[in-house]
Amino acid sequence: MLIRQKILAITVSLIILFTIIHLIKKRKLREEFSWLWIITGIGIFVFAIWNQLLEHISILIGAVLPVSTLFFCGIVFLLCISLHFSVKISDLTNKLKDVVQRVAVMDLYISELREEIKKKD
Amino acid sequence: MSRVLIIIPAYNEENNIERVIQGVIDFGYDIVVINDGSTDNTTNVVSKYNKIKLINNPINLGAGGSLQTGYKYALENNYDYVINLDGDGQHDPKHIDELLNELLNNNTDIVIGSRFLNTESYKPPFVRRLGMRLFSIIAKVITKQKFTDTTSGYKAMTKDVIRLFVSPEFPNDYPDVDTLILLYLRGFRIKEMPVKMYANSQKSIHSGWIKPLYYVFKMLLSIFMILLREKVFKIKKMTV
Repeated sequence: MLIRQKILAITVSLIILFTIIHLIKKRKLREEFSWLWIITGIGIFVFAIWNQLLEHISILIGAVLPVSTLFFCGIVFLLCISLHFSVKISDLTNKLKDVVQRVAVMDLYISELREEIKKKD
Repeated sequence: MSRVLIIIPAYNEENNIERVIQGVIDFGYDIVVINDGSTDNTTNVVSKYNKIKLINNPINLGAGGSLQTGYKYALENNYDYVINLDGDGQHDPKHIDELLNELLNNNTDIVIGSRFLNTESYKPPFVRRLGMRLFSIIAKVITKQKFTDTTSGYKAMTKDVIRLFVSPEFPNDYPDVDTLILLYLRGFRIKEMPVKMYANSQKSIHSGWIKPLYYVFKMLLSIFMILLREKVFKIKKMTV
């Protein structure tokens, strides 16, 4: 791996990690949603500084260049993150639907109670 | 006269909740059960008791989220003290007054029931105890105070603590050692007392291996973020 590629990978991983920590600190990202991002940042950092590991994995998966392995791992991590958030969004959609339905039914109950109070008065 | 509220979070506890209610009902304090989106018969079981208020979360929020529902209710209704114990029957209600007395005597702001200070309590499996030991050490390093049971859900607290717990700083999932550290850094007095706990025969958030691993990761991250937010790592300026 060229020294310039190494510097680029280390810089990118550090930017990712600091951005994640900053977002959690400012409460714009919850801890429970951050774990895949942190693994991604740490993964890129480890590969960038530990060349031999990257070369071993490259041989294992049949990649010609270690840099290709790095980018391939990055794409796999991004796919995992996309899938993770798709699952979370689906879950949140279902929960939002349940809450809206509950509020709608409660709204009806409140209207009925108001009518009853009016009749009694 | 101080107003006391007992909060019991429950998720699919149709087999246990009645036993818990019968254990606490005779104390004469107000009781609220937070049904955290149960899909079983928990609502019907609790509804049989007229004295007990039932709040149904329309969806499952997790342990922290459902407790926070109770804390918000307590604050809106001007309660002075809150005691929370789990709906699965793990916590022996006979200690309620002991915990409460510590608050009434102004000895502390929050009391945590510890199973490890009570010789009669069940002891969790070795791996879980190891994890708890790790968090006890972290808590001791930060707070200079010894905590034996960092995952206890048996707590009694004052209104000031409840005010902090209704804020977004309270975690949705596991309000454990990270919450204790936050309380310490905000200047609250924390005390542990021996309580008897029973083994939970049903599901646990610490069963399997993925969830405990995630728990350790999330808790470490949460502690780190609290220390960052509370500016514990603030670098002292060098004086020449």
